[in-house]
Amino acid sequence: MAPTATASLRKTLDGLPGVDQVGLEARAAGLGTRSIKTTSKQWAIDLAISMVDLTTLEGSDTPGKVRALANKAMRPDPTDPTCPSAAAVCVYPDMVAIAKDTLGDSGLNVASVATAFPSGRASLAVKLADTRDAVAAGADEIDMVIDRGAFLSGNIDLVFDEIVATKEACARPDGSHAHLKVIFETGELQTYDNVRKASWLAMMAGADFIKTSTGKVQPAATLPVTLVMLEAVRDFRDETGRQVGVKPAGGIRTSKDAIKYLVMVNEIVGDDWLDPDWFRFGASTLLNDLLMQRQKMLTGHYSGPDYVTLD
Amino acid sequence: MTTKRKTFEYAPAPESRAIVDIKSSYGLFINGEFVDGKGGSFKTISPATEEVLAEVTEATAADVDTAVRAARKAYETVWSKLPGSERAKYLYRIARIMAERSREFAVLESLDNGKPIKESRDVDLPLVAQWFFYYAGWADKLGHAGLGPDPKALGVAGQVIPWNFPIMMLAWKIAPALAAGNTVVLKPAETTPLTALLFAEVCQQAELPPGVVNIITGAGPTGQALVEHPDVDKVAFTGSTAVGKAIARSVAGTSKKVTLELGGKAANIVFDDAPLDQAIEGIVGGIFFNQGHVCCAGSRLLVQENVYDDVIERLKRRMATLRLGDPLDKNTDIGAINSAEQLARIKELSAVGDAEGAERWSAPCEIPDHGFWFAPTIFTGVTQAHRIAREEIFGPVLSVLTFRTPAEAIEKANNTPYGLSAGVWTEKGSRILSMASQLRAGVVWANTFNKFDPASPFGGYKESGYGREGGRHGLAAYLQGASA
Repeated sequence: MAPTATASLRKTLDGLPGVDQVGLEARAAGLGTRSIKTTSKQWAIDLAISMVDLTTLEGSDTPGKVRALANKAMRPDPTDPTCPSAAAVCVYPDMVAIAKDTLGDSGLNVASVATAFPSGRASLAVKLADTRDAVAAGADEIDMVIDRGAFLSGNIDLVFDEIVATKEACARPDGSHAHLKVIFETGELQTYDNVRKASWLAMMAGADFIKTSTGKVQPAATLPVTLVMLEAVRDFRDETGRQVGVKPAGGIRTSKDAIKYLVMVNEIVGDDWLDPDWFRFGASTLLNDLLMQRQKMLTGHYSGPDYVTLD
Repeated sequence: MTTKRKTFEYAPAPESRAIVDIKSSYGLFINGEFVDGKGGSFKTISPATEEVLAEVTEATAADVDTAVRAARKAYETVWSKLPGSERAKYLYRIARIMAERSREFAVLESLDNGKPIKESRDVDLPLVAQWFFYYAGWADKLGHAGLGPDPKALGVAGQVIPWNFPIMMLAWKIAPALAAGNTVVLKPAETTPLTALLFAEVCQQAELPPGVVNIITGAGPTGQALVEHPDVDKVAFTGSTAVGKAIARSVAGTSKKVTLELGGKAANIVFDDAPLDQAIEGIVGGIFFNQGHVCCAGSRLLVQENVYDDVIERLKRRMATLRLGDPLDKNTDIGAINSAEQLARIKELSAVGDAEGAERWSAPCEIPDHGFWFAPTIFTGVTQAHRIAREEIFGPVLSVLTFRTPAEAIEKANNTPYGLSAGVWTEKGSRILSMASQLRAGVVWANTFNKFDPASPFGGYKESGYGREGGRHGLAAYLQGASA
């Protein structure tokens, strides 16, 4: 479909079925009671590791910190060559070159936040310059934020147009594109109906991935919010044939939580999304818990935090 | 970097049986102790494996008489003399013990009944404890129930319960009866007696005075002897409409008070503005919860015709993820059909659906070699003129019909001899209120289904029975001078 904001966009969004909060949360909680043990748990932990966008988004980030993080993403468990690597490292635009240089030809991606992350409160020109900077520095993926103020005030055309423009700014001179992840900051959109609308809006504007949160606002990712987004990408593919990825980010800290998300992916959208190309975890501390659980599964005992590396 | 893709398979996650100690044989629980009966015995099996779990006593008419006499004596000498606050102490004690031993009861229930452990653990047993806690609170406040300043108990209650929610139905029956000051003789269903017999141990543990609760086991004739016993003041029955009618006939002309909670053929009505994904969950939960062995199951799906294709496609996709198998596996969604007899009934009515031209679709799940199983199934193209739209199947079988307008939905929903429950799915609040006031059903759920709470009365219209269980209304069923 042509990415232009029109009355039909509003009509599509208004025509989406409502979300019943109680029923949605009950479904998410129900999926959370699945009991994943032994071989299934091992498999799920390895899959989760391979889906991590290992993230550092702090004012105190330095080249040294980013290099350490990138090495960790490539070799999460240096003592065990069978341990999968993470999917990507996620940094601010000025750290993209450092990350890219460290990752080399490892196959891991560099994701960069952009568009005046995390608030998105800047002019479109600044947001696009931010994006182009990151792409020029070698970012493989751009994690943009939507203008929540515009969304909440009903100016959905503006939100749509900014996503379209950012997607264009993801273009590289060779004609390829950096993958565009669109962050909703669901903690600010508040209602599940808004999350569903934002999901469709972003997908129609060309998002390659939809992402819950910046990690800077509470609540960040939750199971029910992710459930709404999974239903949206499922329905969107049914309608358009185009598959869009999902990335819950922020607040996912334990293996147990990560496995609940994977169960949800499995039962809501199925195998097609059980792949780092289509589902990611935006996280930092999660990786070490996954590694500790992995060691426990392999050796039969917990080794403790000194046996997993610092980021 | 990519993990080699394969299907996410869930390894078996069985709940341990070790927590339950099943005896090889059980007597009758009369006057506070287990005694031998005068008749024979029968076996109770696990419907998932057909393994024999225990031998259970078949109570004769003489045994029933002994039990009723014990209940009468306990009523006259102890229970009716106790102030409500003292009765409450026993009920609170039972409630706490049921909460503490809930895992043990859940495992035993899933073994004997075939229902998934996640349901016995997360639904049945929590409700059991809630029911006892709720009615414990009423025991010393009967004067505030709106039934006069000092309402009196009826005496001895004869209670006959079904096999679909064995321990939950026991709680629904025993908690209000005891709170109101009655003593009881309760007969569990012949295919699911074990949790009631374990409850007898709880009565001993709670030091409930002997004879206040008596548990007798047996089949139809035992139940008949109980409800027809002349010294029973109150009959409470949950089960089939056929047996309910027989009970109504047998107590006609006596002074016995009766409550009957019988069958249903509930309409689950989905409008085009429904929250669709949650409605699908409600449809699935409405009919496949407890293998559809639910009197208030949403067994007739009424879908507004303009969203019919979308709803059916989503429903089938959802049904394909249901996991059928070992009831003790924590990931099982659909357990075993309770008995060979019930399975035969489900198969028979489904065959009628085929013969009458409805289109059958079953979820693609592997059926185990042993035990009684039926894959979750929907019939589309069903009309009011199909038997599967009229008769209660009491299994995991959904009949799908369509409607065009709210008025047509009401008409079809009410066009049944039953009237136990109904569901309405719409985002429009005013429509919910209008539908609820026109549906002839004891319970109307809006944007949810199969939700129970001890404070909320439950019961039916027409052939779904009479009287209410739960809430203040449920208390009235066990007190003099109050119409139930």
